[in-house]
Amino acid sequence: MANALAPTKRMTIGEGGAALTFVALAFLTLVIAARAYTPGYAFHAYLFCAASVAAVFAIFNRYFSRPAAPTPLVIDGKPNYNLGPIKFASVAAMFWGIAAFAVGVYIALELSFPALNIEPWFNFGRMRPLHTSAAIFAFGGNVLLATSFYVVQRTCRARLAGDLAPWFVILGYNFFIVIAGTGYLLGITHSKEYAEPEWYADILLVAVWVVYLLVFLGTLMRRTEPHIYVANWFYLAFIVTIAVLVLGNNAAVPVSIFSPKSYIVWAGVQDAMVQWWYGHNAVGFFLTAGFLAIMYYFIPKRAERPVYSYRLSIIHFWALIFLYIWAGPHHLHYTALPDWAQTLGMTFSIMLWMPSWGGMINGIMTLSGAWDKLRTDPVLRMMVVSVAFYGMSTFEGPMMSVRIVNSLSHYTNWTIGHVHSGALGWVAYVSFGALYCLIPWLWNRRLYSLKLVNWHFWISTIGIVLYITSMWVAGILQGLMWRAYTSLGFLEYSFVETVEAMHPFYVIRAIGGILFLIGALVMAFNLWKTVTSAEEAAPERTVLVPAE
Amino acid sequence: MSLWQKHAIFEKNSIVLLIGILIVVAIGGLVEIVPLFYLKNTIEKVDGMRPYTPLELAGRDIYVREGCYLCHSQMIRPLRDEVERYGHYSLAAESMYDHPFQWGSERQGPDLARIGGKYSDDWHRDHLRDPRSVVPGSIMPDYGFLEQTDLDYSHIDQNLRVQAELGTPYTKQDIADAKKDIVTQTTADSPDAGDLAKRYPKVNVRDFDGDPKRITEADALIAYLQTLGTFVDFKLYNDKANIR
Repeated sequence: MANALAPTKRMTIGEGGAALTFVALAFLTLVIAARAYTPGYAFHAYLFCAASVAAVFAIFNRYFSRPAAPTPLVIDGKPNYNLGPIKFASVAAMFWGIAAFAVGVYIALELSFPALNIEPWFNFGRMRPLHTSAAIFAFGGNVLLATSFYVVQRTCRARLAGDLAPWFVILGYNFFIVIAGTGYLLGITHSKEYAEPEWYADILLVAVWVVYLLVFLGTLMRRTEPHIYVANWFYLAFIVTIAVLVLGNNAAVPVSIFSPKSYIVWAGVQDAMVQWWYGHNAVGFFLTAGFLAIMYYFIPKRAERPVYSYRLSIIHFWALIFLYIWAGPHHLHYTALPDWAQTLGMTFSIMLWMPSWGGMINGIMTLSGAWDKLRTDPVLRMMVVSVAFYGMSTFEGPMMSVRIVNSLSHYTNWTIGHVHSGALGWVAYVSFGALYCLIPWLWNRRLYSLKLVNWHFWISTIGIVLYITSMWVAGILQGLMWRAYTSLGFLEYSFVETVEAMHPFYVIRAIGGILFLIGALVMAFNLWKTVTSAEEAAPERTVLVPAE
Repeated sequence: MSLWQKHAIFEKNSIVLLIGILIVVAIGGLVEIVPLFYLKNTIEKVDGMRPYTPLELAGRDIYVREGCYLCHSQMIRPLRDEVERYGHYSLAAESMYDHPFQWGSERQGPDLARIGGKYSDDWHRDHLRDPRSVVPGSIMPDYGFLEQTDLDYSHIDQNLRVQAELGTPYTKQDIADAKKDIVTQTTADSPDAGDLAKRYPKVNVRDFDGDPKRITEADALIAYLQTLGTFVDFKLYNDKANIR
């Protein structure tokens, strides 16, 4: 046994095991790089190799500089919160957010002015997954990682479980993003919507995700509070369900370990059903459940009011996760998917309206008695507006899932408009609100400027309005032109005429996107000034009142 | 004890909460997905469906690589305007060998489910090289690099083998001859064309990209596009027999 006064420094099993694993991975990927079928795959193998070597160095570096004793879980009776990985993820979220919005603007301009396509790497077909993945998985994912690690520690009053594990989750996830994004540009893709990364990126993602679940569960088990707070129910549902969905939808057999190409196990109509079971629940659990967790923590915290109704949050939680999973087939109305499945999808999509609005009411009514703060606190306003957008798009969604509405809206830009009212209005706004709260808390600084938050809010709100209204008009126009008949009974428009009619709306949409991007740049500047300011925040912090 | 208090069991045990979530989210997926694998009427009985030739499969891999599905659907709905614009509505059987399916969800460009045989190879080549040279209002990117890139089919037999493992009815001979079949299909008047057509009925055997000296990615992609929607003969298809 080590002397209690001067413990001898030993490498933990975790450190040693992780270092050995990364050494083995470095050798394996070097062999793969040497024999890869395509240069793109070789490039990725080298990236894996470099990342593994860097991981080994980082582990040893950390070992030599750390104290011999393990990190204390509690200091002076207060939990010793682990904030390092959260800081990294919140900065990464801001970076990827701007990247995602910039790529979005670029592809919007490609659709308006096709000469902007630069073959082969920057053609629309390769850039579009870069935009969606950067927005959903890089920006949204890092926001979820950062906030979930923060919220679970705070609401459990316990230090994050694991020593290297939280860092592995954050760094591994961001490395996955790099592999996925560069892969699209190199033409390495499954071409399943929102599930594009190829088999080896998926293996990395699954490894990261399993550790994420373990860290989260481990922290829940360490809690010193008797109850698991409602935000953590949503985070847990998000983590577990995404694991199930990713495994089911990406089941694939690689052509060879030396090839980036794999074939999905499912085919045709079954693959379509599995894809939209995944695809709609990437919306339901990644973009909804996870961000509802943010709503349930950050809105009460910022408004200094308890959650409106504890009972509503119970109903909201179970009804939402039960109903969402059924909604996938509304992406496949009038296709070759059997009618019984389409009908089930439509029925549950309509029912889904209720828990969605239950959640919206719970979020907005949390402001009871604090409505005046909407006038004075633009951060809170941003989050409340995000919940209002959530309410709007969760009404529009069930409406579009009605088969007769869908016969017009499907395949058109209306869907794009609907997605962005959710993605920009709900997901991005609640994320912005959370980051405006989180970054001052993490760095113990005062937010640099509320005025700039106000500017950000208005610039990007105008952007969203331009975006969604132009896409609504474009989508409905497109759908009506496709089905328009002349008085003699012939189709009135050729397909390309409907494409040409879209041009002005695409330009307006791009302008909306540019405004949204400008807003995000203002935000990044504001947060940069916050972090680098010398002045520490005043120590006052109000305690959250429990929901019960 | 009221029902609300019983909920405490989920709030006080993380593992119980985890198991509860897993059960609740499993139900919908199981009910909607599992029957599709055993209900016999999910995929219609049709004549004419066959696996893709190695060249068509290589072309499909390029279609997948370039993300064509992001603008082009391959799923004609049974609506009057779609059937008149694109042809007979799509059957589930027509994508039964598609790993993954490419039905798409957006139409920035037209549906391609029945594009096969509608335009000449030359039209496709010109259109891929510069879409606006043949369709002035088009917003499609240029794909001129395809006709300048040699098709890499050195491992195409492995692609067929994996597809066979997943249930696509490729024979041992199909896999063994995969590379040879690519050369045969791109050679007009090839002596092996008869054997190829025996294994892959209705196969198009010719040079597709206008440059018979090379086998390019454009050859493969055009060969794939020219088969789309052509396997099932709808003059013989009885849609009453497959009412679901």
